Amino acid sequence: MNGRMDAMRRAGAVMLTFLVVSAIAAPWLAPNDPEQRFGDLMYAPPTRIHIWRDGIAPPFIYPQRVVSRIERRFDEDRLHPATLAWFTDGRLVSGGDAPLLLLGADSYGRDVFSRVLYGGRISLTLALAAAMCAVFLGAVLGGFAGYAGGWLDGAISRSSELLLVLPTMYVVLTLRAMLPMVLAASTVFALLTAIFAALGWPIVARGTRAIVLAEREREYVEAARAVGASPARLLLRHLLPATSGFLATQMTLLVPAFVLAEATLSYVGFGFPPTTATWGTMLLDAANVSLVADLPWLLAPAAAIFLTVLAINLLVQATGRPPVQLEG
Amino acid sequence: MVRFLARRLVFCAVLVVIAASGALLLTRLAPGDLTTNLGPLATARQIADARARFSLDRSIAAQLGDWAASAVRFDFGESFLYQRPVAPLVLQAAGNTAVLAIVALALATIAGIGLGIVTGSRRGVLAGLIRTGSMAAVSLPSLLTSLALLFVAARTGWFPVGGMSSIDAALSGQRWADIASHLPLPAIALALPVAAAFERLQSAALAEQIHQPFVLAAAARGVPARRLVLRHAWPASVKAVTAVYGLAVGSLLSGSFAVEFVTAWPGLGRLTYEALRARDIYLVAGCAAVGAAVLSLGMLLGDVLLALSDPRVRDAR
Repeated sequence: MNGRMDAMRRAGAVMLTFLVVSAIAAPWLAPNDPEQRFGDLMYAPPTRIHIWRDGIAPPFIYPQRVVSRIERRFDEDRLHPATLAWFTDGRLVSGGDAPLLLLGADSYGRDVFSRVLYGGRISLTLALAAAMCAVFLGAVLGGFAGYAGGWLDGAISRSSELLLVLPTMYVVLTLRAMLPMVLAASTVFALLTAIFAALGWPIVARGTRAIVLAEREREYVEAARAVGASPARLLLRHLLPATSGFLATQMTLLVPAFVLAEATLSYVGFGFPPTTATWGTMLLDAANVSLVADLPWLLAPAAAIFLTVLAINLLVQATGRPPVQLEG
Repeated sequence: MVRFLARRLVFCAVLVVIAASGALLLTRLAPGDLTTNLGPLATARQIADARARFSLDRSIAAQLGDWAASAVRFDFGESFLYQRPVAPLVLQAAGNTAVLAIVALALATIAGIGLGIVTGSRRGVLAGLIRTGSMAAVSLPSLLTSLALLFVAARTGWFPVGGMSSIDAALSGQRWADIASHLPLPAIALALPVAAAFERLQSAALAEQIHQPFVLAAAARGVPARRLVLRHAWPASVKAVTAVYGLAVGSLLSGSFAVEFVTAWPGLGRLTYEALRARDIYLVAGCAAVGAAVLSLGMLLGDVLLALSDPRVRDAR
């Protein structure tokens, strides 16, 4: 049992590290600029990498050519092989003279693999920033509610209960819809962070309040109070540190929920503008069912989201809490 | 029990009122209004007419008051988008969502509890496989499951792709069979993550109960293993699942938005989306009211189930 838990936690940690590192190192790992359009290669399949040309050769690719635009058929231009260029132009690998499309191309002929890497930067940063804000807000409000009691406690507890029962997706949608549809990517980022934080705090506040309520009666708090610690000091120095384990877990659990919320919002057109590469906007291409059946690489961002959620679930499950997030 | 139910009902009523009036207020306060749908060629007069028809030229308080006064008589105003009264529109959409959610909940309950009993009481390859599968499924939110199932359907042709009915079937009079053939895809997509969550909860709770003294005592009396699990340990553990039923209804509603959108199921999620997009003020409010009512019903159902499965809850209230 314990061995399995350890293995699961290790697997989760490895996956998460892999995702985070590939997002951070995106400019170096991506073979192409995420915005660059290869006009002829709309919906092109992944480029095949060859290592055999009259004997073993350094890895090379053939440029893809359109055979039929309507049937989306491509073939390889055998006359112009391009040897992969390693460590040039600040990239790990690129196609040299031909576009290297490891996961094919999207509806504008952009490199899906590079966009998944760059998309992870926005999707993960947004989720992390929103989770941090939500945890901060929840800790402060929950701490106040638990420490002060009275009407403040009542107001905070009632509003968190109300927010907890509402179906998150609809509230997010309504709040987002109340602002202009077309916004710059940076504005959307700030806006979504605020909305997610405003919806994520209640569950944190509830737990924090319960812990603070219990800790408040402990001897060490009484001792601190007896030597004249102010309420603010009591709360910040003595009570909130007791919640740090809980807060860390909550933050970990909020990240996948927010990654998903961004994806859903962008998918329906309420999130980032479609030109910005995020995992959500990339799924827009997957909205066309008949297309996706032939072009499974368009689901690559969905796989990235799945890996993120799975990695965090493995990590959290292994620390002893069930990975049951019914909300979100 | 009566007092508890009464308190619950009051809470539900408050929820409906807050959701509906909040939605109305937010739509009213948002920049732009439904007249932008008239397009750039609309004359000043057309715009003024539309604003007058939807009370957008009056104060927010007056509009909210009027709307609330007629809403208690089940008159929810008119939709700009559909040029029809809101009530039948939202009721039909809510019905479609309810069908989807109920089927999904039933699927999730049967699969989740059934598989949870297997993994909670056994070791071996089968239990390990189920556990791995549900670990993966719990990480597949309904946005991803519906995309994945749609992909499978488009490739294999096992299910009709998207929508709730097809035109030729509607004409040939086989309406219900047709809807039933469209239902599995979105229902499974919606049920999968919830089923996995139920499986995890049931499995952990059962594994815990099996080591309790009363189960050991029954085993010592010679009760066979199967009966030990199903009649002794399971009834004591099932409240782990029923306790989250109320929450599950909320997450099904949340999840159904993505599913409806991806699979083109004409439910409340899609309607709300269209209404919000067009700033169709009464339709937004109507969707919020009905959505909150559906949610309340679901939570009540959850409470009843919890009371049925846990005698302590039943007697305490």
